[in-house]
Amino acid sequence: MAEPIDRTDTATTFEELPDAPPRRRLRLSWSGKLGVCIVAFWMAIVFIGPSISPYHEADILDEALFIVPGSDNPYPETDYQPPGSVAWLGTDYLGRDTLSRTLFGARMTIGISLASTLLAYLVGVTLGIAAAVGGGMTDSVLSRFNDAILSIPSIMLALVMIAAIGSTIPILIVLTGLIYASSVFRIARSLGLDVKVSDFVEAARVRGEGLWWIVTREILPNVAMPMATDFGLRFVYVILFISSLSFLGLGVQPPQSDWGGMVRENLSGLPYGAIAPLVPALAIATLTIAVNLVVDDVSAHAGGRLAKRMI
Amino acid sequence: MTLLTAMLRRTALGIMTLFIVSVLIFIGTSILPGDVANIILGQMATPDSLAALRAKLGLDEPAHIRYFIWLSDLLSGDLGVSKAGAGAGTVGTPISEMLIPRLANTLQLAGAVAVVAVPFAVTVGLLAAMYPGTKLDRAVTFTTLGLISVPEFLVATLLVLVVAVQLGWLPATAYISGQETGMKLVRALAMPALTLIIVASAQIMRMTRATVLNVMSSPYIEMAILKGVPRRRIILRHALFNTIGPIANVIALNLAYLVSGVVIVETIFAYPGLAKLMIDAVQTRDLPLVQACAMIFCATYVVLIFVADMVSILSNPRLRHPK
Amino acid sequence: MPALLEVDGLTIKAHKDNGGLVPIVKGVSFTIERGEVVALIGESGSGKTTIALSALGYSKPGLAFTGGEVRLEGRDVLSIPPDDKRAMRGRHVAYLAQSAAATFNPALTIGEQVTESPVLHGQMTREESQERAKALYRALELPDPDRLGRRYPHQVSGGQLQRLMAAMALCGKPDLLILDEPTTALDVTTQIEVLKAFKSVIKHEGAAALYVTHDLSVVAQIADRIVVLYAGEVLEHGEADQVINNPSHDYTRRLMAAVRPPPAAGQGDTALADHVRESPAIEVKGVSAGYGRQRDGSAVVKVLRDVNLVVQRGHTVGIIGESGCGKSTLARVMSGLLPATEGEILLDGAPLRPSLRQRNRSELQRIQFVFQMADVALNPRQRIDGILGRPLEFYFGLRGKEKRRRVSALLEMVELPAEFAGRYPEELSGGQKQRVNLARALAASPEVLLCDEVISALDTIVGANIIELLKRLRRQSGVSFVFISHDLSTVASFADDIVVLYAGRVVEQGPTDRVLSPPYHPYTRLLIASVPELRIGWLEETMESRVAQAGLDRIVTMTDTGCPFFDRCSIGVKGLCDQETPPVRHLGGRHAIECHRSEAEFLEGTF
Repeated sequence: MAEPIDRTDTATTFEELPDAPPRRRLRLSWSGKLGVCIVAFWMAIVFIGPSISPYHEADILDEALFIVPGSDNPYPETDYQPPGSVAWLGTDYLGRDTLSRTLFGARMTIGISLASTLLAYLVGVTLGIAAAVGGGMTDSVLSRFNDAILSIPSIMLALVMIAAIGSTIPILIVLTGLIYASSVFRIARSLGLDVKVSDFVEAARVRGEGLWWIVTREILPNVAMPMATDFGLRFVYVILFISSLSFLGLGVQPPQSDWGGMVRENLSGLPYGAIAPLVPALAIATLTIAVNLVVDDVSAHAGGRLAKRMI
Repeated sequence: MTLLTAMLRRTALGIMTLFIVSVLIFIGTSILPGDVANIILGQMATPDSLAALRAKLGLDEPAHIRYFIWLSDLLSGDLGVSKAGAGAGTVGTPISEMLIPRLANTLQLAGAVAVVAVPFAVTVGLLAAMYPGTKLDRAVTFTTLGLISVPEFLVATLLVLVVAVQLGWLPATAYISGQETGMKLVRALAMPALTLIIVASAQIMRMTRATVLNVMSSPYIEMAILKGVPRRRIILRHALFNTIGPIANVIALNLAYLVSGVVIVETIFAYPGLAKLMIDAVQTRDLPLVQACAMIFCATYVVLIFVADMVSILSNPRLRHPK
Repeated sequence: MPALLEVDGLTIKAHKDNGGLVPIVKGVSFTIERGEVVALIGESGSGKTTIALSALGYSKPGLAFTGGEVRLEGRDVLSIPPDDKRAMRGRHVAYLAQSAAATFNPALTIGEQVTESPVLHGQMTREESQERAKALYRALELPDPDRLGRRYPHQVSGGQLQRLMAAMALCGKPDLLILDEPTTALDVTTQIEVLKAFKSVIKHEGAAALYVTHDLSVVAQIADRIVVLYAGEVLEHGEADQVINNPSHDYTRRLMAAVRPPPAAGQGDTALADHVRESPAIEVKGVSAGYGRQRDGSAVVKVLRDVNLVVQRGHTVGIIGESGCGKSTLARVMSGLLPATEGEILLDGAPLRPSLRQRNRSELQRIQFVFQMADVALNPRQRIDGILGRPLEFYFGLRGKEKRRRVSALLEMVELPAEFAGRYPEELSGGQKQRVNLARALAASPEVLLCDEVISALDTIVGANIIELLKRLRRQSGVSFVFISHDLSTVASFADDIVVLYAGRVVEQGPTDRVLSPPYHPYTRLLIASVPELRIGWLEETMESRVAQAGLDRIVTMTDTGCPFFDRCSIGVKGLCDQETPPVRHLGGRHAIECHRSEAEFLEGTF
């Protein structure tokens, strides 16, 4: 980290004082650290989940597994079984292992959300920076169009589109990515506008630099940090959105498991005290809260500048 | 810029956005498979009868003509006819007849939520900002962070589990026939309303707190401190005036969400609102109905944001008291 | 009886990220007697504002009082409970901040803010406080005192707002006033009026004051005693007369040496004849420019009108004027950042396209722009070698070893160590950043260097060092400079020619010596008379001689008809000056004044 300036200036006895303290280093609070751990945990599950899971996500557990030794019932119930040695987190409405489905579902939920958020960023940042840099007509057209998209409730938009073109995983990703691109656009544009008028960009223009250099070397590196924070928040929204779609039966289609869908299909067990709908719900909550905890720390470090923009 | 030009400018922008939205909705719904004629005639469709009905409904016109017909009908209050109730060769129920009771239900729910959530959440958000770092503030920050991080369906399910199933205080579903009054109506609305109040309040509280804290870091607040102004007066007199605009925006965004983002809640509680109507319409491919619903949702959003912007413009001393 | 304020061994520390504390005020002690004005003088980072705020028992977030006491009438204000602090603030000690524009709440009326403190503290009723406020407005020579209270902060000018802040502080009849750089952000002609108002009102009210500033000339006008600070420590402490005329500490002497002498004829660096060629380096002919574009091609907001100037090869032209006069716009027009709407710019005799997009790379390379704020002119995400290397690569195709060698040479040229190449801008001090900023422009080997207020954001000593560096570079390189500044002293010590801008027009131009000696354009005379001198009693003399009376409360108008200075002019002719554009009077030797008064009148010195 930046040490206090060692002043190697001219031969004066009284040196220039540094005009600002060295930049503060990002220090996570305990809650931020906890957030990082939880996010890291789920990311690991995305990769190793299926290989450590006791069963396959679609496996309906065999009745034989649930026969209590000494009991004479050869056909025990397999659905909504409470946690036990056979299924650590119990079973779902079809008698599938909740733990396995949650581990498999992590890949689906997090994977789709991450891909959608990345796509939203690719589209949103490209157009947002284009609007900021292009100005004039380009900006007006893109901004008006974006305003219109923003005013269409995202879940309605998804609803109509999925009804029209079906619900496969690639469609889900593209659709969600495009819907969320509009809010990324807004932030990228406003950050871009701030940086665009800064003196160092003017300096590059006076030098005669082309648009490509100005965007990639002068503007983008300076919006990267706030955008990274926003990425976290956006990712949370996308997870919630994808889960909600699945909850409505419009998202990931069975028998593939994803967390939102798991809550929906096991909702009927709730009155009987089954934990099958609660496990995936809890998985969603831990992940999103964890991301938010990290984002909170980072944006507090950035002096709440970002929070301002998001209101 | 004077107050008037600022307001006119904003109005023009709002109208333009609505226009673009109408185009998008028209295009969006046009890609749904099957047209109205097809749906109305269903199994009994013959090429001849299809063509006849299409001509009758104006579906044989090119797309841009159909758009302008639709738009001018819309503007004159004619929302078209639904597939529902349509028989062979006949045209179904007028959409406005189906829409109005549903819209009333949704407005009833949204209104109930707004009346409770807005004053409550703004007050709590303000209090948290007034006493940063206190137990109250930390409780608010932590609870709202949790609430905005979980999906609404989780909040709703947990509420059902606790209030309806465990405690048995309220019904788990909210069937509304339109005849309910008094306590019956309150009971029917309670569960969905409670869910939405929790979700919307969390957002409003968080944003109100952030907005006020942001203003609290400005030099004129420091000046007020150095003049010996008590904290209460700093918030209520010095800070609040400058947060009216941003808070109006926060409220508008969340109210817009109430009308449109209620899909989940209406589904869980089987509440017969507009969102539910639209989901059903999409599933039955009832194009005119989908278009009408979508238009109402978007218009609500645009109008709410417009009102919030007007409030910001009106509360801006630079525009209110020109030089 | 104890002194009014006793600061005793005050230590203040800042929280560091690793949880540690770093001292920023180290055992500072001084006292203020009743009715006395004490100046705290120091450069940025000296802790002067932090010390001043401690008199209110207040510290900025992230700072903590860790030792010593600040006693107000014998009572330590650092350790009293919050309620007592609140009762003391505004009533016994009042604060005036640097920027009135930021410290007035935009949503409340001026009257409410001015009278708030005495009413809240129960000193006066609302009516009494309003009467007192009106009396103060009058004493501070503010216009329309009866209705001023009902206006909002954005409805009055910056100079008025600054005086209104004084009214706000004085309304509760405090025993002690804390003034934190209250005139730094103002133009010189405004500063003198505000200073005068402050001084007379402080004297009249009998309040004691702690005046925080970096500007010795201002201190000389207002302080009874001076405390010199450096890096959180008191270096010298004494009567104003002694500190200014007979400083005992090396640092104070250095500070005094860095203060530029008041502008006068005979200061300019003599021109370097060997670089002079036939055609001027750059020439501006009849240029008009502004912002927003109308259908006929003219600007919506016109900032420059019919500007003509010539920069000879190797010469320096200083452009002087107050904020909003269009001097930065002129630099932007010359660089092509803002295309002129009329007129043309000639580089080495050849016309340039108005917009930089249409200029070719060699034209761009020959004119370089040095931005005002090095803080924001250097990309925080690029290292110094990247910043300096890019122009070398871009214009000359230098790469690898050759480029690195040139970067080292450039750093040496601006007196920075070669190892700075690997640093990011934020790891440098303000002066060092400005040197890098300069080196970047030099990397292009330009013929014309446009310097926009390059030292105005810097401390006195640092700024003086940069001026020395510029003088050396000019001698060595033969580059022509366009040097823009609001500070006449700086321009006078550096420029061969001076161009005086007012409301987008050139009102006077010519060789430095001629511009700084009579005959003057009335505005030039006002400017020269407004530059504070490092001399006790200067303010009184100047106000006495009444050259600097011209309208503080008038807003500079960009008028299409008549002379823009008419409103403030002491020799204006009604019916002529406010109706017709003034002609250019040539007074010989490239000296020209834009005025309706004739050459003869100027040369006779009728006024």
